[in-house]
Amino acid sequence: MTGLRVVLLSAGVILIGLLAWAVSGGLLRDGSAPPESPATIAEPAMSPEMPRIAATLFFASADGLALVPVLREVALAEGPVLQGRTIMTAQLEGPPPPYGSVIPEGTQLRAFYVTERGDAFVDLTFEPSTRHMGGTSAELLAVYAIVHAVTANLTTIQRVQILIDGREADTLAGHVDLRRPLVSDMSLVRDARNAP
Amino acid sequence: MRGSATFSLAALLLLLAPTPHAQEGTAPATPLTLLSSDGRRPVPTIVVNGDELIALDDVAVRFRVTVREDTLAGGITLTYNGQTVVVSNDQPMASVSGRIVALPSPARRLGNRWFVPVELLPRALGPIYDARIDLRLASRLLVVGDLLVPRVTGRIDSAGPPTLATIEIAPAAPVFVTTEAGRLVLHIDADAIDLLLPTTGGGLIERIGGGDTPTTVAVILGGEAGVARTVATEVDDLTRVTVDVAGPSPTGVGTAPSAAVTEALGAPPSPPLLTGARARLETMVIDPGHGGDDTGVLSLDGTEEKTITLAVAQRLRAMIETRLGIRVILTRGDDRNVSLDERAAVANNSKADLFLSLHMNASPAASVAGAAVLSLRLDREGEDARRDAASEAVALPVLGGALRTIDLIQWDLAQARHVDGSAVLAEMLEAQLRARVAMSRQPRQRAPLRVLAGVDMPAVLVEMGYLTNPEQAQLAISETFQTSVTQAIYDAVVAFRAYIEAQGTP
Repeated sequence: MTGLRVVLLSAGVILIGLLAWAVSGGLLRDGSAPPESPATIAEPAMSPEMPRIAATLFFASADGLALVPVLREVALAEGPVLQGRTIMTAQLEGPPPPYGSVIPEGTQLRAFYVTERGDAFVDLTFEPSTRHMGGTSAELLAVYAIVHAVTANLTTIQRVQILIDGREADTLAGHVDLRRPLVSDMSLVRDARNAP
Repeated sequence: MRGSATFSLAALLLLLAPTPHAQEGTAPATPLTLLSSDGRRPVPTIVVNGDELIALDDVAVRFRVTVREDTLAGGITLTYNGQTVVVSNDQPMASVSGRIVALPSPARRLGNRWFVPVELLPRALGPIYDARIDLRLASRLLVVGDLLVPRVTGRIDSAGPPTLATIEIAPAAPVFVTTEAGRLVLHIDADAIDLLLPTTGGGLIERIGGGDTPTTVAVILGGEAGVARTVATEVDDLTRVTVDVAGPSPTGVGTAPSAAVTEALGAPPSPPLLTGARARLETMVIDPGHGGDDTGVLSLDGTEEKTITLAVAQRLRAMIETRLGIRVILTRGDDRNVSLDERAAVANNSKADLFLSLHMNASPAASVAGAAVLSLRLDREGEDARRDAASEAVALPVLGGALRTIDLIQWDLAQARHVDGSAVLAEMLEAQLRARVAMSRQPRQRAPLRVLAGVDMPAVLVEMGYLTNPEQAQLAISETFQTSVTQAIYDAVVAFRAYIEAQGTP
């Protein structure tokens, strides 16, 4: 009996410790500091009962000249940080036909957080930097697909800064300045009804 | 005993035999001319075994040098103002105040005169003489004193038509051009010219050579030559005259060379002084995108963006320097990594008036093609910097008690105060590119471009075409495409130079 109490007590302590770790991790994500962990975020599969919203994602038009908005259902989440995670994860999953992908395949979201000033930080794995096809046009489409995916859906956010592997990056492929948060540039966006 | 008598006789005959004398040498094809503040005088020299020699007694008279044969030292001593030069008569050298200088040959006696190589004058006498001695063998000049004797070279840049030629005068000297029947004459305001000509002609120019006087250069035009234009610029103590000779007019009217040239230069034909007015666009930086490990866009057939950008940049530099006299600096002249900050630093440190970054584009769709010109789009911070640049200046004390006004602007937002000039430049580039190459459906854009942000001068990025388009990738490596792009950018630079000169500020 005493042995059983010891086992139960130990299990309780471990459970409390795990809960404390999970809570502290969650607070960090919701706060303004970037996460330490390099692990990427995996979105849980949506169940039919889970409430959803229609998010506007951005992909290259079939003629490659502009970004077009594409609606996709994503899980409803509480607050801009959690919602931003679901939207960015959907954005990185790639486009439906006939639209083109502007972000290299395999890119994953490492973290998404919002500063007190209302700037969103999108932390991506290395692929957009090392596997990008290059060229100013393709790089502009890649960068602004991310910026618009955030600003078009999270109205409290005006500016987006892209990080690569948890760090500030100069550019993705040598052209677009990523050292500061970017505002949206609607000159790159074309209405899907007018897109080929 | 008998053998001894034979030897003595032979020795006597040798002694009595005529000694070599000056007549053994030959006169040079063109006599050497001594040029000094007193004027021009011929200098008698002879050529022996390929060496041009001057008699030491002539040197003594002309340079007020005391000459003495020094049998103990095995040479000849020249003394000037208490300093000596010892010339060896068995080694090709001389000693100048203890320092050895090389000569083409030793001093040699011809007849009863001593001769030395003419090179002795600048190399051995020059260091102890109270005036500069400069030997210009190519133009047969011995220059004594501080006279302006620029070197004049010429070349045909393009047979054309139009035929393009360049004549360079170094150091810089004022030039004006007059016209005569079938030729242009460049009058160079100098004591003499060191003419490294004639240049054989090409296209509509038959020859570039010396004129009728010692300070003129003649550009002989062919019978088919039409209007000829000349532009003179002065850069880095070099006067560069570019000559542009058009072909005959289609109507055949007014194509006589003399008439055409007069028209080009205006009437009266003299004196349109072409130098002295320096262009305000004096230096530009061309940035060949990518390089080294960073290949930039890679086409399906393996063409790398970094190769195309470098090739076009080098063509552009040659064309602009040659024809406009603008100093052109490349951020990289070969295949190597250069950071984006370094590229901006090259432009800022050279105080350039213009920055062009050359690139090839990419698109997720292979069908996208065409050139585009991009300038910097400012974000909110950049707009703030732009306003601040216009209003914020601080006066700092400098040595001597004066104050110097310093503009304050963030270094990485230096482009903020040039966005208007850059937009004008982008517009001119688009217009010129459109005339020569296919343009993108978005030919002019503004974007937050990293390489432009820190550049403190009008700056744009030119995307010359898409390497992701198979047809454009093939075209990009062609002579035709690269020439067209180069010519278009050149024309835009000409237009922008006129713009900033009219504005009064770059």
